[in-house]
Amino acid sequence: MNSLVARYSRPAFQNEGYGEEEQQQALADFASPLSLNFALPPVASSASWLRAMTDDHSNPNCPIKIAHGTTTLAFRFKGGIIVATDSRATAGNWIASQTVKKVIEINSCLLGTMAGGAADCQYWLAYLGMQCRLHELRHKRRISVAAASKILANLVYSYKGKGLSMGTMCAGVTPSEGPALYYIDSDGTRLAGNLFCVGSGQTFAYGVLDAEYKYELEDDEALELGRRSILAATHRDAFSGGFINLYHIQEAGWTKHGFSDTNPIFWETKLKKGEFSNVTSELV
Amino acid sequence: MADTSASRESCLHVFELEVLLGITGKDFTIIAASKAAMRGASILKPNDDKTRILNKQTLMAFVGEPGDTVQFAEYIQANIQLYSMRNASDLSPYEVSSFVRAELAKSLRSRSPYTVNLLLGGYDAIKQKPELYWIDYLASCAPLPYAAHGYAQYYCLSILDKHHHPDIDYEQGMKLLRMCTDELKRRLPIDFKGVMVKVIDKDGIREEPYVDDKQVYAA
Repeated sequence: MNSLVARYSRPAFQNEGYGEEEQQQALADFASPLSLNFALPPVASSASWLRAMTDDHSNPNCPIKIAHGTTTLAFRFKGGIIVATDSRATAGNWIASQTVKKVIEINSCLLGTMAGGAADCQYWLAYLGMQCRLHELRHKRRISVAAASKILANLVYSYKGKGLSMGTMCAGVTPSEGPALYYIDSDGTRLAGNLFCVGSGQTFAYGVLDAEYKYELEDDEALELGRRSILAATHRDAFSGGFINLYHIQEAGWTKHGFSDTNPIFWETKLKKGEFSNVTSELV
Repeated sequence: MADTSASRESCLHVFELEVLLGITGKDFTIIAASKAAMRGASILKPNDDKTRILNKQTLMAFVGEPGDTVQFAEYIQANIQLYSMRNASDLSPYEVSSFVRAELAKSLRSRSPYTVNLLLGGYDAIKQKPELYWIDYLASCAPLPYAAHGYAQYYCLSILDKHHHPDIDYEQGMKLLRMCTDELKRRLPIDFKGVMVKVIDKDGIREEPYVDDKQVYAA
């Protein structure tokens, strides 16, 4: 009788939803194979806590200033993939560095770009590199771009709402897929595509790139277009600047096409081609 | 999945601009989903597929919080496909809708709910009837003859209320869809890059080429 009462005295909805253990388990299952288990701040909502600590728009005296602001682009074309970035890191209104490497060399055929929180991107792309190498050792062949980008997407998704800030692209050429390009951001979006611009200067880069982009671009035209698009963004976006970092990925692997100062490139573009006519070169 | 209610509210407004439409007829269900993948001030992708095939005769279309949408859809897809493999038979659209609703209801009561709105289109091979389910992120589920999500609701439901009949044939269904997408092109303040159209009928699921190059002007 007692057992009968016990059976029915539980609330009817007890078995609905995920149990306490089930949730713990789900969290552990999801996070542990992919990443180390980080200690999180002991607050209800880590994202809003992080925002309170780091948002210098509403609070200029916030204790942590995150390095932000970027222009990165990548596009697929006949001859492979072009990846180009600027090199400025800003923390609030302060230019923290003008020589940041925003292209991360995951392996000889795979590149990642970083935009958003510099630390988040640097850490997780390095971590992605490690996972890709482990995949290579385990399966005796190089990881596909689709798989690599999905590792990163699932990883950042497992930290969703915890305040990660990154917008990255994974680009590579593999024998199974050919040239492949993916966009991944910290809210868990993962998109395959021909052309992406990411960061605070994305609109300026899109403006130049979209107008002259076509899949049938020659190698040198493509490199020049990538360079010019970043230049446009560094000129108009206060949070982008420094050097233009250019990469070209082909079947044989990626090749670097310089880490070149924007200033002489800007003046050359202005004086030799007559562009940027809103800027005067003489003292008035 | 976002933690604060404030951020969830604001996200809801962003994905209100994505279009999801469903129309059933005599022997078919049409699902149309906008092709733009938007983030901030940019359209990142003009040919995004917001649908997943669950089994031979059930298709799910989704809009919502970026990240959540694909994760939830692929989770459902994997489980429905697992069921088909284990039992050598497919769940009917109604059964799929119950499963999806239960999963959403479960997630709604967890610490990190999926913020996803869905349309589930199917054709029940036993009843020989088309079916359409409207499901939202609060796990409401309603079987309907025609349905929409987001701002598209405000324009298209009145059109469909007036012109839809349960026994329309496929051509009339496509004509109705054209009326809806024309109105959206006319009045929605943003360009959603047209729609991807999928049709579910007794022969399964297929993508229907949808010519969308005609300029539509507001009167």
